[in-house]
Amino acid sequence: MSVDTTGLTAYRCRELLAGGEVSASELTRAYLDRVAAVDEAVGSFLLVDEAGALAAAAAVDAKPLAERLPWEGVPIGLKDIFCVTDMETTCASRILKGYVPPFDATVVAKLRAAGLIFLGKLNMDEFAMGSSTENSAFAITRNPWDLERVPGGSSGGSAACVAAGEAPWALGTDTGGSIRQPASLCGVVGLKPTYGAVSRYGVVAFASSLDQVGPLTRDVKDAAALLDLVAGRDPRDSTTIGLSEPAGRPERTDLEGLRFGVIKEFGGDAFDAGVSDVFASAVDGVAALGGVCEEVSLPSVERGIAAYYLIAPSEASANLARFDGVRYGHRVAASDDLYEMYVRTRSEGFGPEVKRRIMIGTYALSAGYYDAYYAQAQRTRTLIIKDFEQAFARYDFLISPTSPTPAFKIGERIDDPLTMYLSDLCTIPVNLAALPGISIPAGFAAGLPVGLQIIGPHFSERRMLEAAHALEQRLQVDTVPPLAEVTR
Amino acid sequence: MSANSGSASSHGASRPDGWEAVIGLEIHVQLSTRTKMFCGCEVSFGDPPNTRVCPVCLGHPGVLPVTNEKAIEYATRIALALDCRIAERTIFHRKNYFYPDLPKGYQISQYDLPLGIGGHLDVEMEDGETVRVGITRVHLEEDAGKLVHAGGTTGRIDGADYSLVDFNRGGTPLVEIVSEPDISTPDQARAFLNQLRILVQHLGVSDVNMEEGSLRCDANVSIRRPGDPFGTKTELKNMNSFRFLHRGLEAEIERQVESLDSGERVVQETVHFDPATGMVSSLRSKEEAHDYRYFPEPDLPPVELDAAYVERVRSALPELPPARRARIIEQYGLPAKDAALLADNRPLGDYFEAVTASTGDARTAANWVLGDLSAYLNAAGVPATECPVSAEALAEMLGLVRDGTLSGKMAKEVFEAMASTGKGARTVVDEKGMGQISDAGELEAIVARIVEANPGPAEEFRQGRDRVLGFFVGQVMKETKGQANPQVVNELLREHLSDSGG
Amino acid sequence: MISREEVEHVARLARLHFSEEELARLQPELGQIIDYVHQLAELDLSGLEVTSHAVALKNVLRSDVPEASLTQEEATRNGPAVERGQFVVPRIG
Repeated sequence: MSVDTTGLTAYRCRELLAGGEVSASELTRAYLDRVAAVDEAVGSFLLVDEAGALAAAAAVDAKPLAERLPWEGVPIGLKDIFCVTDMETTCASRILKGYVPPFDATVVAKLRAAGLIFLGKLNMDEFAMGSSTENSAFAITRNPWDLERVPGGSSGGSAACVAAGEAPWALGTDTGGSIRQPASLCGVVGLKPTYGAVSRYGVVAFASSLDQVGPLTRDVKDAAALLDLVAGRDPRDSTTIGLSEPAGRPERTDLEGLRFGVIKEFGGDAFDAGVSDVFASAVDGVAALGGVCEEVSLPSVERGIAAYYLIAPSEASANLARFDGVRYGHRVAASDDLYEMYVRTRSEGFGPEVKRRIMIGTYALSAGYYDAYYAQAQRTRTLIIKDFEQAFARYDFLISPTSPTPAFKIGERIDDPLTMYLSDLCTIPVNLAALPGISIPAGFAAGLPVGLQIIGPHFSERRMLEAAHALEQRLQVDTVPPLAEVTR
Repeated sequence: MSANSGSASSHGASRPDGWEAVIGLEIHVQLSTRTKMFCGCEVSFGDPPNTRVCPVCLGHPGVLPVTNEKAIEYATRIALALDCRIAERTIFHRKNYFYPDLPKGYQISQYDLPLGIGGHLDVEMEDGETVRVGITRVHLEEDAGKLVHAGGTTGRIDGADYSLVDFNRGGTPLVEIVSEPDISTPDQARAFLNQLRILVQHLGVSDVNMEEGSLRCDANVSIRRPGDPFGTKTELKNMNSFRFLHRGLEAEIERQVESLDSGERVVQETVHFDPATGMVSSLRSKEEAHDYRYFPEPDLPPVELDAAYVERVRSALPELPPARRARIIEQYGLPAKDAALLADNRPLGDYFEAVTASTGDARTAANWVLGDLSAYLNAAGVPATECPVSAEALAEMLGLVRDGTLSGKMAKEVFEAMASTGKGARTVVDEKGMGQISDAGELEAIVARIVEANPGPAEEFRQGRDRVLGFFVGQVMKETKGQANPQVVNELLREHLSDSGG
Repeated sequence: MISREEVEHVARLARLHFSEEELARLQPELGQIIDYVHQLAELDLSGLEVTSHAVALKNVLRSDVPEASLTQEEATRNGPAVERGQFVVPRIG
């Protein structure tokens, strides 16, 4: 029996398995077939582990139903930023081509222990630097809603894969919006947890104080479930606290008694009219569910992009210094001496955006500039944190469009880095303040998905997901792109 | 006792040529924790390359550091022993540079919020002078891997075709100790390093062995005319023994004196000591001065050591050499030199105190411990804790000497026999029949015979030549194979020599 | 604005090399980004502390207890050049 994976949630997969309606092998086979059918066009995957996935599924099938863990046998896609033992992990970079980790990221180990089936590694912007996945060294990923457009980034492969029905859910990372923005552009759900909720061990580091791991899913219930599977304090990650309570299974259908602050600075002329319309309707939806919406100003968030583009590249410049051709990854074929080996290896191995950011970061930290740039950005960060604190004293949650525009055309912004950076306006401050944020599908603008972002106080995931669920149920947005199967 | 008072003032050690050297030392102590600074790999030596490593200390993508609590404790011990103030809040920083033995391309170290600040170490020089050397800071960092240069003829970096990296050592905890520039001569530098080594050894936190690399020392050197501001300083590296430290400093001071005397200026640079030639040379490399681009380590939260923690560590500190020295002088009435020897060597001092507790006679115990016992230990190459003659056993032996069973002369032989057989004093004495003959009756006959056999010397003694007694004592000893109790022999001889007169 | 010398200096620090063509593009791009982020320098934030750590944690420590290490094979498996269990690098010069 062949399962139609389009529109299938992870919870539905779990039900089908638990009810004996489909075997793990059949389910995995169905997803692999879907990948085979559409991925040539969509390009979500960098690596499909067909043999491994089927072997894992067969092992699950060998276990009697009663002995299985709740999520055992459900497939998942992993952004190629997660170290998976014996599986090539490249971060979509030439400099890591051929790198096969001898260890699992903690979140990968947890999913493995829970019995999830790894379909393979998903495309991304190189080292998570980008907002369109066009910075991948290996492949272009296309938006399943319009193959001429970007899926967003840096977790573009993860978002596209879920939207196109190639996996029921996927794991991504978010440093300045890299889960939420592609989720918005691809019409799926994307959650960035509170910084410290989920372990970063084994997740290739971009900006250490901003990176977080999170789910990309078809609906809010799935996001809560995947969050619970990966969250928790990790002895290998000194910056983890874990969640204060499990996210659970959201059931809420109203927003009575909840106050929502609509962030004034995340709107206006810079925003696509279609996006603003969708957002306005969604705000009406909040009110219809009993929520109170008010405009709130957080003036410092306008400085967020500047602060981010100092802090993130600075930390990244240090995090990427380990890519030097000595212990793993790419090394230039021949060199006269060490200095030449370093320079040519790194210059050959890194793409232009990565090099740009390393340059900015190195510059910002260099002698004479540290206080004016890096330290000043860290003070700005404090300011932004305070603005959010004040807002959360008055509102339960804050809302905004996730992105100023829907998906743009492939190639449209790639030659203009600064314009590309400005598209992260709504998402970046959330990372700077270490807050949780979720993007849910809110509607369409000229046929392209538009997402709505909900931001909560630290460690409010459970309540935030409840609110997101209620709004999601109200908005009832179609999350299945009319993607024709491409056959060759 | 004179103590110099601080970096800016005179150090009081000008050379004859009028130049005064200003030396600051930068010391690295490798901690003897079981595991590395930021990962659980075991710290161990002599293993095959890259067998004591993990993704963390290899700097693999995505890995994260986790701080070793023992390293924090050991560093706190060192800082307290050096009288530093312990920072209430201390953080780690990334020190960024590229080198093959540095897997992450940065070293996790400490920058402007180190663990300990503002201490001192009082160094007693041989001439009795005490030099107080300030300690600027004490901080924690991780060690780099080991580089071996291959393909050339000398094993050195110049002329090598390529290099090999072993990361076993990478990630080992290091404590960096920076002194104020309060040191004025190579002798002071060596004495300071030695005192520091003894102090750290007492804390039980490191092997502090320069030859093995668990104690490393670089120097910052400049010269000036007394009272002038500091001159340009150079950084002097690659001195891996006390002797080389001394020679390196001498050579660099000379080099700077020659430069300035001939009208040149001292250039701020790194200078390399060559043990083969005893010379120093500047490292003229392609590298520019390092810009380490320090920033706070985002992967490690701050460490806050409250007063309770610091007190706990402080109260668990063993008695340190300066305090022990003073107490030994006061408690046992020993001279300063002996007290220093006993205080600086913790097992030896413990041994001495155990013996004295048994016998009640500190002077004798000290003589034995610093004399025969130390000679034995040095020859055998073992510390006092591994001596086959325990403190109790030595105390027993000394008891036998005291009560006359064993003569002082025989005691040496008995000790040697105890050391080689592990048997107790009484057993050895009995087995070898080495008991001292103190019985006057037994000795009387021998004394009488010898006096009779030597009428000439006997007469000389009666005539007032007291010294001749020694000849008779010697004869009696010879006859009794040294086992006669000298006091009894003395008395008997005097009796007989006086008697047999007239 | 960033000068050509500064770009070259920073590239050296970062162990990167750019061709003339690349530099011609990179220099204005970096200049534009630096000018943009420079807006922060105008702000008077003297009363504010730096946020150097994202979570309010402290004293996250581990016990001094050994964990398993990798085997030499596992440790060197990904090495581009390995000799006698060690990573080979070109002469340091």
